[in-house]
Formats: sequence, structure tokens, C-alpha cells
Amino acid sequence: MTLRIYAIAYMIFLYAPVLLLPVFAFNDSPVIAFPLKGFTWGWFNDLAGIGALHDAVKNSLWIACMSAIIATGLGICAARAATRFEFPAKRGIMGLIMIPLVLPEIIVAVSLLVVLVQILNLPLSNWTIIAAHVLICMPFSIAILNGAFSNLDNSLEEAALDLGESRFAAFRLVTLPLVMPGIISSLLISFTISLDEFIIAFFLSGSEPTMPVYIWGLLRFPQRLPAVMALGTILVILSIVLLVIAEYFRRRGLKRAGLKDTGGFL
Amino acid sequence: MTALISLTGINKYYGDYHALRDVDLEIAEGEFFSLLGPSGCGKTTLLRTIAGFEDVTDGVVLIDGADMAGVAANLRPTNMVFQSYAIFPHLTVAQNVGFGLRKSGMSRSDKAQAVQDALEMVGLGGFGARAAHALSGGQRQRVALARALILKPKVLLLDEPLSALDKKLREQMQTELRRLQRQVGITFILVTHDQEEALIMSDRVAVMFEGRIAQLADPQTLYRRPLTRQVGDFIGVMNFLPAQFKPVGDLITADIAGLGQAELASEQCPAGPVTGGGAVGIRPEILSILFQGETTSQRETVGQVIERAYYGDMTYYDVRLDDVDAPVTISMKNLIDRPVLERDDRARVSWDPRALVGFSD
Amino acid sequence: MAFGRYKNSEAARGLTLVSPPFFYAITLLAAPLAAVIMFSFWTQDFLTLDRTPTLENYRTIMTEPLYGTLLLRSLYIASAVMAVTVALAFPIAYFVSFHVPAHRKSLWLFLITIPFWTSYLIRVFLWKVILGYNGVLNSSLLGTGLIGEPLTFILYNPNAVVLTLAHAFAPFAILPIFVSLEKIDRSLLEAARDLGESRAQTFFSITLPLAMPGILAAMVIVLIPTIGDYVTPRLVGGPNGLMIANLIQTLFLKLNNAPLGAALAIVAMISVATWCITFIVIAKILMWLTNKARGLT
Repeated sequence: MTLRIYAIAYMIFLYAPVLLLPVFAFNDSPVIAFPLKGFTWGWFNDLAGIGALHDAVKNSLWIACMSAIIATGLGICAARAATRFEFPAKRGIMGLIMIPLVLPEIIVAVSLLVVLVQILNLPLSNWTIIAAHVLICMPFSIAILNGAFSNLDNSLEEAALDLGESRFAAFRLVTLPLVMPGIISSLLISFTISLDEFIIAFFLSGSEPTMPVYIWGLLRFPQRLPAVMALGTILVILSIVLLVIAEYFRRRGLKRAGLKDTGGFL
Repeated sequence: MTALISLTGINKYYGDYHALRDVDLEIAEGEFFSLLGPSGCGKTTLLRTIAGFEDVTDGVVLIDGADMAGVAANLRPTNMVFQSYAIFPHLTVAQNVGFGLRKSGMSRSDKAQAVQDALEMVGLGGFGARAAHALSGGQRQRVALARALILKPKVLLLDEPLSALDKKLREQMQTELRRLQRQVGITFILVTHDQEEALIMSDRVAVMFEGRIAQLADPQTLYRRPLTRQVGDFIGVMNFLPAQFKPVGDLITADIAGLGQAELASEQCPAGPVTGGGAVGIRPEILSILFQGETTSQRETVGQVIERAYYGDMTYYDVRLDDVDAPVTISMKNLIDRPVLERDDRARVSWDPRALVGFSD
Repeated sequence: MAFGRYKNSEAARGLTLVSPPFFYAITLLAAPLAAVIMFSFWTQDFLTLDRTPTLENYRTIMTEPLYGTLLLRSLYIASAVMAVTVALAFPIAYFVSFHVPAHRKSLWLFLITIPFWTSYLIRVFLWKVILGYNGVLNSSLLGTGLIGEPLTFILYNPNAVVLTLAHAFAPFAILPIFVSLEKIDRSLLEAARDLGESRAQTFFSITLPLAMPGILAAMVIVLIPTIGDYVTPRLVGGPNGLMIANLIQTLFLKLNNAPLGAALAIVAMISVATWCITFIVIAKILMWLTNKARGLT
């Protein structure tokens, strides 16, 4: 019973910031503090008027899409190789690919900055951010896809071969439909990570800021804060929608494979 | 006998591990053939070699006269029932069964008819629309059979298809598989570690140990005249008693510990005539206990009951024959007027020398 | 060699498949990390980069007290974050694993991960709003009359950094612990009870030792990334809550002294890795000692 009360208190702690967002987003006061003043849609209207924000959002969406697609593509290769085949130095290779999961993001940012700017003398652009985001999304993608691939019975593909299909057709007809929910889930998670990532993007963004980098700039202007709250509210809702879809596909994948659900992402 | 499948000099390595050693094998058309052996003996590897899922390191695989070297699994005239059944979980039962017909060029209605026929053949008439992951173990097994047989392969390969089923269902499926095989007339190759299953179902059985075929014979020969002690021990129960052999003309005389002198005909030494030290093997049902007042025209010896196990229809006794250290197992049918002996009872044991098998090791 | 063929086909297919992500990681992770190490031995004077290898940067870090102070503070804060996060997370993981019915577990895990995926920057900023002088916490406490004047020790100091990061890394700590708890065969606990252990004894003699791998994983997975965060210290840490990553960021982006920044990043990584290995070894020794004391080894 004490444990249940603790669990509820902990969930309040976890959700406190998220729940406060809409409170201030609809609060009719330029100051982010209690007591509340009244209800307004005004801060959302303000958002519509900031052109620079729109550019930043477009930028971020493009970066998130590309990062998600590339990370998931590479993730499929790695996850399938890791679950289906034995090969030399497997642990070392997979370890290297998974390292960004525990590497401080600033190290990824610094190392890419050094190579790109100081050594190769390349200009920073959206592609430099995408390159880094793929690196940090890939381990998450692999973790999700590993689940999807390792649930597969190897003899399923063999059965398709045995029934006369080619290796590629066997993959397309049997493996792909069964891991598709995992792929969609991986795309959505990678998209969410990239869309939200700040630490690396701040180092690697060129002349066009991403949305988090733009928000970071806004945080210095107190009069902009209510609009940031409004933007945050929209982002939270968007993330939750994406995550619910991702979770739905993950579960459907398990159900399709006739398996029991054993836990969430990660 | 025309050989449908012919394996010559098959060798297979996994790294340093020698999985198949000089396997030669011919399997006839329409035969129900079993590969029997303990786990790790290479029987599944041999099956997957025929299916095309494993390359051979050395040797030739012929199916219907055609060399299978370099022929991928999807192009071979074989189909397989997998140990896990490998039912595609995202498809319906009918889609599973019809999977192999995708490239057949049949019309939609012909395909539907073929699927329907195949399902009825395995007793799953009304199950076509069911989701595959909602099936029971026995039903999955039937779907796997229908899916493989619908392509009318020259050979059906079955990889431990009954091992996941419970005892009752397994026994029922054994009879049904046999019936199905007779009905379709296709060559079946069954991999199993269950010696009873192999004896019940097969026309011929290859017993494998450590990558080698130890004996290839029909079930009766396999049971009555095992080539080696290892085979005799693996198939059913066999008692071994140390013996000294000496050839006398066509016969071999054996001086057997606990039993005394006996003469063995040449076919009682299936691996060839034995001389010097060795062992004789004798099945539990060949030995029998003589109860009060019973006499026998056969040979007789004495011993002491050290353990007994009552099975209802049978009683199994462990009897230590006088002058022998290791006990022998004797099985007795429980008849209405036949008593059951207790531990430490003395027992008179009769035996038939014609059923002995001589081994050199 | 004939048997090589099998090995090759299996290994070759695996290697072919893994090579795109592997080369990606080599080019964009391993090679850049190597470049950072090389870079740290160079020096920068305003716009000119001097490529003569020298230990100058490391010497600066050793001698200037600022770096040592920040490094120690960062390790201290990161360790506090680790301890607080794992201590707060363990009961939750335990609750979900042992008290939530099986069909609800994934819902709970999902709810736990949701806040983690929502805008990181804004989340950190909101802690500033919650903990501030006129913040949510102070206003509510003042409103209920629990305190006479606003609390000031909760914002712009290391406490705030610890709290905010404990929030940010919650799922990273909960999930590994949950996984290790889920792996515990429940009949082990019943066996311990059956052999006469009390509920509490069972927890300490069976559950906790078996959950240890998960707890250690949680500690590492929280400790290491914490060192690299510069947003939280900047927003809620105040002048005494700044961490080594803030300095690295400043060196790279404001002071234009990338070589010194690279050296500092390397020193930070080595320190945190050393600290990590140290406490894992300590934990292993402690576990071994407790087992020995129980006479189990």
C-alpha cells in the first residue's frame, strides 16, 4: 500500500512539468507564475505570427524525417545481422554501434564539430545535424528492431524458401510484414528523438536553427515565455500522439507474431 | 528398389565439429523412412542437407537422379514440416496452406479448391479462415502438413514433428501420419529421437550416432538383431551379459556369465562372427520368471529380485543372476493367476538361446 | 578448406548486413573520437591552429584550479544524480514488476516513458518555473501556510540540478532495474519463504542481489550522460551549479579554443569512466563480502 502511494507520488513528480505546460499556455498573463489570471488562446495566436519559428519547425521536421529514415534503415541492417547471423567480432561491432546510448551527447557533438569544422573545414548545415542524429537514434532503433527480429522464428523464412520462394521474396512476404510494426515504431521514436534533440543541434546547426535551438533563444526573452509554453503544449501533444501510435504498432507486432507482451520500448 | 534419394559420401563440418561422417544412404520411392538418434547425432543436419538448408562439405546428394549441388531449397522437389511448424503467424490458415501455390500459375478458384482439399485431407475442413496464431499445437501440425503436401513434393521431410505434442495426441498423430503417407504415396523422411515412434511408423530406420549411420534396417531387424551394443541399448531395453565366444563349425559357442553355455547361429552375430571376449544381448521379454510349479522346455537359471516396478499390464523386475554383478531387466505380462514377486525373492529364470545376440565389444 | 564454406556464407552474410551501420559508426563516431584525441594535443591562439603536438592543454587543465573545481563538482553532482535517480527509481520498478498485474505492466512502463520523450528544453525550463522564488512550489507552500517566506535553497544551486536531472533520467534508471526484477523467477522467492526467511530477509537475500546487475546498469546509464549535460546546469544551476559541460561548450562555441575544449572533454570522459569502474568494482566487492558473510561463497 505504501508502495502504491509512493508510485502515485512519483508519477506526479514525473508528470508535474508536462501538466504545468498547458496551464501556463492558456494563462492570460505574460508572467509564468501563480496565481493564474484567466483563460486565453492568445499565446497560440502569437505562435502563428513568428516567421522565424516556422522556418525552425520546418527545418526540424526535415531533419527528424531524414534522421528517422536513415537511422531505421541502418538499424534494420544491424538488428537483422545481430539476431540472425553469427559473425566475427559481433560483440565489438554491435558495441560500437550501440555506444551513443551511453555516450554523453556533448562528446558526440564535440567530436563531429572538430572533424567537420576544424579538420575538414566543411560548413555546418542541416546535414551535419542529421549525421549526428542518425548516430544517436540508431541504438534506439536497433533496440526496438532487435525485439521485432528476435521474436521471429528462423524456420519461418526457411519454410517460405522450402515452399518455393526466393530468399528476397521470403524476406518480403514473411519477415517484413512481421517486423513492419517494429519498423514503424522505430521510425516514430527516432523522429521524436531527433525533433527534440538540443545539445548536439546547438553545436552543429548552421545558419538555420532547429526548433529546440530556436526555443533556447526564446528562453532568454521573458515576454516570449508564454508563447514557448504554448509551443511546448503543442509539442507534448504531438509527442504523445506519435508515441501512442508507436506503442500501438509495437503491440500489434507482438500480437501478430502471437507473442505475449513483456514490456515497453528501450 | 529404385532409389529416389541417394546420398553418397556425405561429410559435413561446422568449424572443427564433424557433424556428418561418410553417410551413404538410399531411400526408395514411397518409403516411410526414419532418421533416429539422440540429440546432436546429426539426424536433423542430414535432413536439412536433403532439404537444401545446409551445404554438404563433401559428398553427393541425388534426388530422383538429379544432383542437388548448388540447388537452393526453394528449387528442390522437397517440402518440410518444421519442428516449430513455422506457421506464418500473420496469415490465415488458408493463406498458410496456399502459400506455396503463389507461383503455380493456377487460377484463383483452382487454388482455393486445392487448399480446401488439402485441409480436408488433414481433417481441418472448416478452418481456412482462422488466424494462424489462434491454433492449438495439434492443429498447427496439421496445417504444416497440409501446407507441405499441397505442393505434391517427391519427398516430405518431417523434423521431429510430434515432439511438441502431448503423449495421447502424439500417439494419435503417429497412426494418422502413417495413414496419410499410404494415402498420398509420397516418400516421407522423419527425424525423431523417439525409438518407439521410429519403430511404429517406419518401413526402414537409420540409427545415427555422432554423425554416422550405425545401422540401417527395417524395425524388426533393428530390434531383434542390432549391429552394435549401442544400437541395442538405444532401441528399447537390452540386457548385456559378459561372454566368451568360440567358433565351432557354422555355429558359435558362447560361455555366458549367469546363463551358462549356449550355441549361437551365425545370424545371431549380425556384425559378423565373434571370437574371444564380448557380450551377449538379451531383451527383457525373452527372459521370463518361472513361478511355482511351472516348468520350461527352454534353458533355466536362478537369481534374486532386487527391484520391481509394477506397470499395470506389465511388471518389470531387476534380477541379479547368481554369479553376475549387474542385474538384468525382465518384463512379465501380468496374467490373472500370476503372482507378483517382491524384493529379495528368489526367482527361477528361463531363457531362449535363439534370441541372444552376440557382440564383440 | 571445405568446411570454411559454411562458416563463410553465414559470417559473410552477417558481416555484409552489419557493414553499413558499422561503417557509419566508424566514420561518424570512432574516427571523430580519434580526431578529438589528436586535436587535444594541438593548441589554438585566436584564429590560428598550431598543430605541433604538445601537452599544453592538459597542463592548463591540471594547473588552473577552475577546471579541477568544475570537474570535481560535475562528478559530485553526477554521482548525486545517480544516487537520487536510482534510489527513487528502484521502488517504482519494484512496484511495477511485483505489484502491477501482468496485463497492466506495459501500460505503466509506457506512462513512465512518456514524459521522457517530451520536449527536453521546455521540461527543464519548467523546473525553473516550479522551483523559482515565485514558483509553483513556493506559491503553493505559502498558500497553505506551511512556510512563512519563499524557499531559496531549491533553485540556482546544485540541488536543483540534481532534482531536474533525476527527473530527466528517470526512465533510464527504471527500465534496467525493471528488466532485472522481471527476470527473477518468482518461485525463488517462494522457496526462500518456504525455507524460513521472512519477507524482508527474502528481499535482501534474493531480490536485491538478483536485481544488482540492473541497478548497476541503471547507475552507469545515468552517471555517464549526466556529465555531458549543459542545459540543466545553465537553466537551474545558478553560478555554483555549473558543470564541466558548460565549460566545454563555452570553449568550443564562445572562446573559440577547440583544442582546450577537446582536452577537457577527454579528461571529463576519462574521469567519469574511471569513477564508473571504481564504483562497479566496489559494488562487486561488497556483494562478494555479503555473500561471504552469509557463508554462500
